[in-house]
Amino acid sequence: MTFSVGDLFLILPELLVITAACIVFVLDPVLRPSDKDGLVWLSLGTLAICMGLTASQMKAPVEAFNGLVIIDTYGAFWKLLLYFVTGLTILLSHSYLKEERLYFGEYYGFVLLALAGMMVMVSAADLLTIYLGSELMSLALYVMAGLKRSDPRSLEASAKYFVLGAFSSGILLYGISLLYGATGSTRLPVIATAIAGQSLDDPLLLFATILLAVGFGFKLAVVPFHMWTPDVYQGAPTSVTAFMAVASKAASFGAFLRVFIEGLGGLKANWSAIFLLICLATLVLGNAVALVQTNIKRMLAYSSIAHAGYALIGVVAAGRLENSSGLASVLLYLALYTFMTFGAFAVAAMLRKDGMEGDEIEDFTGLSKRHPVAALLMLIFMVSLAGIPPTAGFIGKFYVFMSAVEAGMPWLAVIALIFAAVSAYYYLRVVMVMYMREPSDATDRAPQLVMSPAFSIVLACTVAGVVIFGIYPNPVVQLAMQAVSTLR
Amino acid sequence: MTHSFPWLTALICLPLIGATAVFFVKDSSARLITLAATVADLVISLPLWWLFDASSSDMQFMESALWISSPPIHYRLGLDGISLPLVLMTTVLMPLCVLISWHSIESRVQSFMAMLLLMEGAMIGVFAALDFVLFYVFWEAMLIPMYLLIGVWGGPNRIYAAIKFFLYTLTGSVLLLVAILVLYFQGGHTFDILQLSQATYSKSMQFWLFLAFFAAFAVKVPMFPLHTWLPDAHVEAPTAGSVILASVLLKMGAYGFVRFSLPMLPDASQTFTPLMVALSIIAIIYGAYMALAQADLKKLIAYSSVSHMGFVTLGLFMFNIQGIEGAVMQMVNHGITTGGLFLCVGVIYERTHSRQIADNIGLTRPMPRYATFLVIFALSSLGLPGTNSFVGEFMVLIGTFLWSKIATAFASLGIILAAAYLLWMVQRVAFGVPAPHMLPKLRDVNLREMAALVPLVVLIFAIGLFPNPILTRMHPSVEKVIARVFPPASEQASTLDQGFRTPRGVGDTGGEAGVTSTKVEGRLP
Repeated sequence: MTFSVGDLFLILPELLVITAACIVFVLDPVLRPSDKDGLVWLSLGTLAICMGLTASQMKAPVEAFNGLVIIDTYGAFWKLLLYFVTGLTILLSHSYLKEERLYFGEYYGFVLLALAGMMVMVSAADLLTIYLGSELMSLALYVMAGLKRSDPRSLEASAKYFVLGAFSSGILLYGISLLYGATGSTRLPVIATAIAGQSLDDPLLLFATILLAVGFGFKLAVVPFHMWTPDVYQGAPTSVTAFMAVASKAASFGAFLRVFIEGLGGLKANWSAIFLLICLATLVLGNAVALVQTNIKRMLAYSSIAHAGYALIGVVAAGRLENSSGLASVLLYLALYTFMTFGAFAVAAMLRKDGMEGDEIEDFTGLSKRHPVAALLMLIFMVSLAGIPPTAGFIGKFYVFMSAVEAGMPWLAVIALIFAAVSAYYYLRVVMVMYMREPSDATDRAPQLVMSPAFSIVLACTVAGVVIFGIYPNPVVQLAMQAVSTLR
Repeated sequence: MTHSFPWLTALICLPLIGATAVFFVKDSSARLITLAATVADLVISLPLWWLFDASSSDMQFMESALWISSPPIHYRLGLDGISLPLVLMTTVLMPLCVLISWHSIESRVQSFMAMLLLMEGAMIGVFAALDFVLFYVFWEAMLIPMYLLIGVWGGPNRIYAAIKFFLYTLTGSVLLLVAILVLYFQGGHTFDILQLSQATYSKSMQFWLFLAFFAAFAVKVPMFPLHTWLPDAHVEAPTAGSVILASVLLKMGAYGFVRFSLPMLPDASQTFTPLMVALSIIAIIYGAYMALAQADLKKLIAYSSVSHMGFVTLGLFMFNIQGIEGAVMQMVNHGITTGGLFLCVGVIYERTHSRQIADNIGLTRPMPRYATFLVIFALSSLGLPGTNSFVGEFMVLIGTFLWSKIATAFASLGIILAAAYLLWMVQRVAFGVPAPHMLPKLRDVNLREMAALVPLVVLIFAIGLFPNPILTRMHPSVEKVIARVFPPASEQASTLDQGFRTPRGVGDTGGEAGVTSTKVEGRLP
């Protein structure tokens, strides 16, 4: 066991984020409320520096800390995505917390801590490091989900998230320990060599794989491990929900793919079959239940479950393909999913009714008259979520389905696309109430969208991503392909 | 043949630029900008008619640029003799749609105009795209503007009609996407429509691909029994929306059949011919029969569209020159005639705020010019010789006659029924006694409305009397399609070719003469 100082340079972005989080925690009680905007700038500045550092790490894999951590383009891809989402979350929260009268400086500290956990998850090459990262992320998120202390739903969300999260962590840990028993290591490359040539006839390996799949299934919020999602997404403050729906999902996918490709790649054919069932269940249930939702946050929660299902198509295909196009489609899907989902949550967050959040779909009634631009943006997000060109959502679906067809499963693409058509119904219902319904009371009590500069930046960034990558996706496609090429 | 000027990109982009521009101006200027953009598009599209090399079956005005590098997806455009008339039909109709919406749309004018322009860009894109993914993007991009056109500016039941239209067409098209992806891996890792049309696919693969194509295109046409969205959408849409739906969107389905199903899946196309013919004939008779029973003018025209589009799909699946050329002719003609009929309904609705036949009777006295237009469009729609529809329907029937006499007999019933429902409609609307309280509302068509209706009347007679300019331009392209279905190995193919060409030259002075003589000479391979 040797330790070199050079390793610390490799994890400089993580260190910076944690340092910034600590500074926020320390400064928060000291600063006057009027100066607390400085914490926002501090967080954003840290993210900008990290973005530069990570961008310089986009090269061949380098191991650090005796192989516990691996720095490669794959990890860098997710990290860049996570910085972007975190930046948007901070900007959105800045406006949202003011409206909700939640003045917690620690909030930004928790966001940064969660980010640090996610960064560890996507660049870990050891199951225990992944576990540590996911715990760091989850603990921060448990707290953030319960920040609206006066709202029982927020507390319920926090408690529910904690209990089920702890439960799933236990399952994950159990899987890790079984895998350790079967292979003698928690390091992914060692596991890969140990199981080379083995099949799932070994019950130990079988259980380990299933438990890992279940553990990650909770984090990814796929059916049948999705039960917590709607309640938590609805109860948590909307800025936190957006962060969870996008960043936590992206990081979980990042770790999940690395474990199953780099570690359990030898069992591709086996886990591909497991995920095929999960994928089908997720597509069917996510889309079908979203149809009957009346609350926009719950609807988006089920929509995010369904979208995890679409991404899983790429995973299933990756299990059957020799090349990496399936994996690349997953990365691409989640990157593009980020823009549209975050944008949709952002609009939902800033819709206010009587000083409360207007989080019913009915509250969007007549929005196109009162806020034509915001309504147009929401329209674009919904169209993109439904996967209709020329938006980013279409490009994501296109690549995922292409990998399914390449893997010889056109029938899976057909099923998924039919459910995409089903999903268009509930996404367009939002468009319908915004554009085609007249508000019943045209008074001041009608829900209003609270605009602020930070909120405008969030909307501009997300809509730009949806439109630009919908029309010219080449840069992201290239990046995703480059990223998976470093995955062994 | 390459042209240095990117005609097609200009055609597509001009409306899109216009759509962006109208968001930043006031209502009155939005109308002017939209009119200017659509007229400019028409002006750009007109030279294509003369620059087009009628002797070539190749794609012309080609443009190609790499769009997405992996997998290789190109921004590739081009026109042949089949798509050229359809593009021109689109550019001709759009300014008329703007004119007719001038005063009938009062709320959210900018958005309405922007949607019209987005539709125009996407529709031209569909007809011009030579890359399958690009085609799909344009094909789907149209859904949202159309959904909003129906849902925001439509009639009382608009929300239901809009979502019904949207879900029907979306469900059909998603299957098309899977088919496109399968073709990519089967046809040599390309999305190039021309290359995919030359590859061969196994019979069973063709079978499934045909069904997927069918789902997308048959919904759009719409073929029986997938037509139920059409009456709702047509009735609820604003006038311009109905015109675009009937005149252009329906053509895209038929265009899909002739551009993709026939050349790419020749074996399956033949296997499915009996089914397609049966569905077409059912559509012809059922649509006409339903039209007889309608009390709502728009619904009547909507069902007549189902009937007329039945002729198009019937002709396409005859796989002979007469059938397919007749079908493409019928596509253009139906666009012009039905567009005109919907414009007429729009004009009267603006005055009486009713589309019911019972509320709009006896218009000849108070509105003589209007009644003239209505009668001309109705006569064209029922296929009176000398008008455009006669050429198309007659050619389709000749093509069908070569295939099966019984099928022809049934299809001809559609023409008789068309005469019945249209003349009955004309009789009531034009020649009754108007209700006295309606009289003050019945102003005759004004100059703006004349400007929207006259071009279509001119086209009706121009095509009706001189169809040859269109037919000669599409002839090589149609032959190419037929050569894919029946490879020209046999002598009969060349006999057919000559038998068709010789009398055509003689009959140049009058379209019908040329067409009639083909009936004697033409033989099925």
